[in-house]
Amino acid sequence: MTTPLLSVENIGRSFGGFVALADISASFAPRQVTAIIGPNGAGKSTFFNVLSGVLPPSTGAIRFKGKDLTGLRQHKFVHLGIARSYQITNIFPELSVHENVRVAAQAFVARYDVFSNRTRYGALDEKANAALAAVGLHAKGHRTAKALAHGEQRALEIAIALVADPELLLLDEPTAGMGPEETKDMVALIERLAAERTILLVEHKMKMILGLSDRILVLHHGRLIADGTPQSIQTDKEVRRVYLGQNDGYA
Amino acid sequence: MPPSPASAAAPPLAAQTGVKATGFGAMLQRWRVPLSVLALCLLPWVLPSQALAVNVLVFGLFAVGYNLLFGYTGLLSFGHAAFFGGGAYLTGIAIAHFGLGWFPAMLVGVLGAGVLAAIMGALSIRTRGIYFSMVTLALSQLVYYVALQASAWTGGENGLRGFTVSTINLFGFTVDFLDPVKKYYVLMVFAALALWFVSRLLNSPFGAVIEAIRENETRARACGYDVERTKLIVFILSGLICGLAGALSALHLAIVPLDTLHYQTSGLVVMMTLLGGAGSFFGPFVGALVFLLIEDVASLWTSHWQLIVGLIFIAFVLFLPKGIWGTLISRRTQG
Repeated sequence: MTTPLLSVENIGRSFGGFVALADISASFAPRQVTAIIGPNGAGKSTFFNVLSGVLPPSTGAIRFKGKDLTGLRQHKFVHLGIARSYQITNIFPELSVHENVRVAAQAFVARYDVFSNRTRYGALDEKANAALAAVGLHAKGHRTAKALAHGEQRALEIAIALVADPELLLLDEPTAGMGPEETKDMVALIERLAAERTILLVEHKMKMILGLSDRILVLHHGRLIADGTPQSIQTDKEVRRVYLGQNDGYA
Repeated sequence: MPPSPASAAAPPLAAQTGVKATGFGAMLQRWRVPLSVLALCLLPWVLPSQALAVNVLVFGLFAVGYNLLFGYTGLLSFGHAAFFGGGAYLTGIAIAHFGLGWFPAMLVGVLGAGVLAAIMGALSIRTRGIYFSMVTLALSQLVYYVALQASAWTGGENGLRGFTVSTINLFGFTVDFLDPVKKYYVLMVFAALALWFVSRLLNSPFGAVIEAIRENETRARACGYDVERTKLIVFILSGLICGLAGALSALHLAIVPLDTLHYQTSGLVVMMTLLGGAGSFFGPFVGALVFLLIEDVASLWTSHWQLIVGLIFIAFVLFLPKGIWGTLISRRTQG
């Protein structure tokens, strides 16, 4: 048994009186793809926001490589090796595609350098190009980010996360709003990334998740109701009742 | 040998600014400090009066400092009169009450404005949008009322007087500071140094960070930047430059009117920056120049000159939101 890369212990999060997440415990082994599914409002996004430091958990603890991350400010997470993409495309729209990724890489070498010239950090250009090449955008570095197609913007966001060389990559609906062709490209990309990294993703496209994931967590009303391989999730009665049933008419 | 795709993907200037760099734009960008200094050198000879030239210099620099926060970082402060006025008052007080020389007095003014900016920034930076604007406005009004009440130090309603600098000593040379031309060029040296600093900052890695924060704060934070701390640093740097503009204003006028701290002054710098083009290097100076020129010309034939300025301002916000310089530049780079 390998030691887990990430573990969450009894984490919960409430907003006022509303409990968005309750008592979730799970640990994640390195180099696995885990999908988090659940009906709308199940707490998937809250779970992601807690894991990436956007929201501190109300209760419980998050451990990453044995280090307690609970209450750490968000910008520190990426420095420890946790990077994320957002459900709604989150890039620097007016900057060039290349600069989008370069500035992300710069966070690891120069955050407050007021005096030297940017050209001093030439190695960042190569890092940026490598990350763009990994997502297939190397030929579009000079374009303004907002001029890219939707699927390309999603890929750019992944390049931004990737340039941090994270051990854990959190992808919030990476194929949201994509057509079948773009989805296929994205799945291929995630499969390539999964060879080297631990990936957690939130998704709605069941067919894609079943093919891609090593493990699936099912959330419902903020609780973890199932945790297992795609095969065991498909046959889980509780899951069928609360989740598949609603979408596929199993009830 | 054909260029490799990697090098084709990263033209050096596009990487620096994030926008397409054409020949003309790149030339302007590279030579922006020498070109600004050249324009400032010519200013007293092309404008109707030398007093107007000094005003453009002082308010242009004020707008440059403001633009760092507003144009480049995306924070709309309504309290920058506190730094401009604070720099002016502290310079004047250092001369009038403590008998300091003009140069140490300027340092007191600039650093004092920086300290003020650190305090106001620390209190306001965590609020967002309209709340940030309101907090900065409220804090600067606090400074205004302190200056109004502490009349033993500031002269209260009458403004601060009695610190005329008639001659200054520059590296062993005595310069007649009452001669408007000589005075202009002495003050211009400081403005030029500040412009050089701002240009350097924008080219620095830190410049890339503030651009990223303006573009998308959430993403910048997720990339690993401490957004609050970065904003505070920009706020302080902006306060220092506006404080310098205030110090120059005090030395120029030899009086600090109480209005310098009034929120109208904060509004003025917003208008100048927007008029010229927020987020562009030359914009604030162009905005200050056009604003003061309109005031100068229009106030000759009507006392309602502010009406004209207001109409022009409204037209710009509605039809040319990038301002005069911003529009010129984007026309040029597109065409």
